[in-house]
Amino acid sequence: MSSTTDLQPLPPGTSAALDDLIACPSCDALYRVEVPKHGERAVCARCHHVLIAPIQGAILRIVALSLTILVLLITAIFQPFLKIEAAGLSHSSSIVDAALSFSEAHMIGLSVAVLALIVFIPIARALLLIFSLGPLLLHRPALRGARSAFRWAEAMRPWSMAEIFVLGVGVALVKIVDMARVELGLAFWMFAALVVITVLQDGFMCRWSVWAALDSGHPDPFNADRDDSDAETGLREEPGHG
Amino acid sequence: MVDASHLADSTPTARKAGLVACTHCTRVWPGGTTRCPRCGEAVRSRDTRSLSRVWAWWVVGLICYIPANLFPMLETTFMMRTSGDTIVGGAVVLMMHGAVPVAIVILVASVCIPVAKFIAVAYLALSVQYRWKSDSLKRLQLYEVVEFIGRWSMIDVFVVAVLSALVQLSVFVSIHPGPAALTFAMSVVFTMLSARSFDSRQIWDSLEPDLPEEPET
Repeated sequence: MSSTTDLQPLPPGTSAALDDLIACPSCDALYRVEVPKHGERAVCARCHHVLIAPIQGAILRIVALSLTILVLLITAIFQPFLKIEAAGLSHSSSIVDAALSFSEAHMIGLSVAVLALIVFIPIARALLLIFSLGPLLLHRPALRGARSAFRWAEAMRPWSMAEIFVLGVGVALVKIVDMARVELGLAFWMFAALVVITVLQDGFMCRWSVWAALDSGHPDPFNADRDDSDAETGLREEPGHG
Repeated sequence: MVDASHLADSTPTARKAGLVACTHCTRVWPGGTTRCPRCGEAVRSRDTRSLSRVWAWWVVGLICYIPANLFPMLETTFMMRTSGDTIVGGAVVLMMHGAVPVAIVILVASVCIPVAKFIAVAYLALSVQYRWKSDSLKRLQLYEVVEFIGRWSMIDVFVVAVLSALVQLSVFVSIHPGPAALTFAMSVVFTMLSARSFDSRQIWDSLEPDLPEEPET
């Protein structure tokens, strides 16, 4: 478990520079920024919203996981997904076939929407994150458009539904398991791995830290002056995060 | 530099300090800023039109949810005979085959969550509209649950997609999506949009004395 500190509300009568302040996005409470240690979290004292949760090497991890997601998704599209056999007949289906099944029932719009939710939006998110945060890892200034790219990647997050699709596949399998023999293809396992990776990636995502990194042009802006030995790799496991 | 000396004794907020906060990147800017200079998100102290958007999406979502329950979600052709299964009907069939946990997953994701979500969003919107003094923290937690869980209703649409793609064994048995799949998916999308239109900062405003409204832009 990571430890949690309540940020102290800004005492009345103080003055502060605007970039020293943070406002809670869910309740508008105003605080002076105090960056917690890696693996710890600063939460809003009023509504308990997590405001800052820095993780060592978070940018590196986010970009690495985005690359993994990209490779998994693009390969999974072309791999067999599921195959059934019953009464001497067999039929196999890819992920694209699953989405296109709606177009045979005159619901082409739903086919497009399902493809977007399980394939295109996750791919777009991964690309946007690599584009906006990748240059920081190479110690180059963020590319033009990196800021909008990151904002879009975050706006897309609720619409990226690959993990829900995997659970849907599970339910579908239980429905037909009595009726037919089902073979799980490579693409199924790739999607299952995708769920774990997406959950991990969401855990590393602290918007405040990412914006601090984009502002400073350094992937670990608050680590740089704290202990610089691990700032470069960011790979050492911390006991704290979790 | 900001002079925060006029802040009241309750929790200081960006609005009371004459500032406007960006809900995407959490930076604050002088009042009257309309676009966050750091991240480019549109910023407003309070989104005064958010409630109309919440209600608009809510009504459309509810309208789509009714046919989603009346029409079949799945059409199964078994030995040349076609039968349709509605959401609840399909879950009942599963339960009779002994797959109780899966039937419960379907019922929770397709019936309990959407219905609870309609009620929760309506309650939150009304509580802000009429400035009810109920526990703000509980209301915010309710909103966070609604935001987190709403997308999981899409699971039934994916089940239909997988079943109809997979179960295509010529004349022996085949499954096709029914018309309810479309209206159900639309209902999920519209209720997600309804919840996301809600400005949760308004939950806390009923605790505070009235401040002059921002001029509409």
